[in-house]
Amino acid sequence: MNNFNDIFEAYDWDDTKASIYAKTSDDVERALASPKRTLEDFKALVSPAAAPYLEQMAGISQQLTQKRFGKVVQMYVPLYLSNACNNICTYCGFSYDNKVRRKTLSPMEIMQEVAVIKDMGYDHVLLVTGEANQTVHVDYFKKTLDLIRPHFSHISMEVQPLDLEDYEQLTPYGLNTVLVYQETYHEDDYKKHHPKGKKSNFQYRLETPDRLGQAGIHKMGLGVLIGLEDWRTDCFFTALHLNYLEKRYWQSKYSLSFPRLRPFSGGLEPKVEMNDRELVQLICAYRLFNEEVELSISTRESPNFRNNIIKLGITSISAGSKTNPGGYAVEPASLEQFEISDERSPREIAKVISAQGYEPVWKDWDNCLAT
Amino acid sequence: MLKIAGKTFTSRLFTGTGKFSSSHLMEDALLASGSELVTVALKRVDVKNNHQDDILIRLKYPHINLLPNTSGVRNAKEAVFAAQLAREALETNWIKLEIHPDPKYLMPDPIETLKATEELAKLGFVVLPYIHADPVLCKRLEDAGTAAVMPLGSPIGSNKGLKTIDFLEIIISQSNVPVIVDAGIGSPSDAAWALEIGADAVLVNTAIAVSSNPVQMAAAFKMAVEAGRMAFEAKLALPVAHAIASSPLTSFLDE
Repeated sequence: MNNFNDIFEAYDWDDTKASIYAKTSDDVERALASPKRTLEDFKALVSPAAAPYLEQMAGISQQLTQKRFGKVVQMYVPLYLSNACNNICTYCGFSYDNKVRRKTLSPMEIMQEVAVIKDMGYDHVLLVTGEANQTVHVDYFKKTLDLIRPHFSHISMEVQPLDLEDYEQLTPYGLNTVLVYQETYHEDDYKKHHPKGKKSNFQYRLETPDRLGQAGIHKMGLGVLIGLEDWRTDCFFTALHLNYLEKRYWQSKYSLSFPRLRPFSGGLEPKVEMNDRELVQLICAYRLFNEEVELSISTRESPNFRNNIIKLGITSISAGSKTNPGGYAVEPASLEQFEISDERSPREIAKVISAQGYEPVWKDWDNCLAT
Repeated sequence: MLKIAGKTFTSRLFTGTGKFSSSHLMEDALLASGSELVTVALKRVDVKNNHQDDILIRLKYPHINLLPNTSGVRNAKEAVFAAQLAREALETNWIKLEIHPDPKYLMPDPIETLKATEELAKLGFVVLPYIHADPVLCKRLEDAGTAAVMPLGSPIGSNKGLKTIDFLEIIISQSNVPVIVDAGIGSPSDAAWALEIGADAVLVNTAIAVSSNPVQMAAAFKMAVEAGRMAFEAKLALPVAHAIASSPLTSFLDE
């Protein structure tokens, strides 16, 4: 076996989808009662048949999450470095064909942004860029990591997929975590949404977590963009991917995200809607399937939803986020990648977390732990 | 009384600082536990500004000794580096050695743990390694200069109790250093059991931190550990597995 693609090829989208929708309440009850849940159990838990069992799923999810992670929620914030992008993505505000002013932060501008983020209390940061290899390349990342490393104890990155050698070069600079979302596992649909640019290569993206595992990255984040395709099927493939990666790259940690498509100026309407109840079902299904995986929620979701989801399986949360490069200090008024739903400050969110009986954790890693 | 590396402990309940819903509650629970040795993950505390760190501030009591741990490292090299940093920042040469390259089940790496123990002992550290309940590894760690051994009772954070009981008993029977059962203790009765079979101490975190009332649970563990130790010292009556025949089978020998 070379990589995930070998496993993925054995699955047919339509058959998989049909098998999820064919799950019955018996299957759901078996999944709920099982001490160790399988991929078939996961299908049952994300199926429509599981909807009446939501309260029970939430109870188990809460209990499992507290046992593993305790009554704590980790705080992180994105730092957008650049909106330059050569890809066309039908759902993204930074798409190549969108008429927005392109901006890549200089070292001095990065430090201005860092100062504001540090003032908010953050110690964990997520660096975000589009894909523009002529401006935002491995050397740029190295310089940026060098610059900000003294100020953060944990640095994550959500940038274009890179080659194995690139990841190997970046980890000694303090890169701890890489997020790379497949967007959708539906290959034809993927091609429709990514008609131009390097991102149009479905295969290269699909194999990125393998390269991360081979590079020995500490943590990697997976997920799909919910709204592009049938979410139950897409999330099954995410679970399949996670299952494969955990067994193969057993020294890496994993996290999952479940971003729902958000509006932006001139953007695509979601093909598939997922309501709040279904998102809770998905979060609980992920937790029941995997007790150890981190589950992350962003400011895409509404204040009321975020307040209440803290107790149901989430382990990390962002707050006060800006989704435009320079958004914190340099150019607060520039165009965002997407509109955020929860504009409350990190301090306000920390208070909400405490009020729910959880402790907000600002630091849970130290550079000294990896050499 | 329990003695590790020349330090005497009146409490045989060691505790952790993770997973509590607030640092205030952590402080109250640790006080209720009577614990004198409290482990702190290096990754959670701000070692650069340790006088302002919210966890460390709440552990400043004369009876509480800090036991920094290396949770997060994946090999001996990283562990030794982290231990040195902890010694410098927290002014203690005690270190709870945790090397688990497997972030899913947090299983300790015996090979790297042995290597790191050898090195850290040479550097003057008081090493308390978290390990599998492996009797041979315990003897090897003794040879390497460990101050105690910390075998797991069951997978860490699992609250499953003493699944490794048979191996713990072998370790206890042949150990020349204190044996502290480190992981998996889910209830006060598990802790009492560990002490009853002769473990020198237990380390409990999840079972206290995640209970609905951590302060009360900490007090319950305190009593259980005391009861278990008293029972061990009083020598338990052996369970009788067989019935005693009313007409003795060997009475003919006396005829």
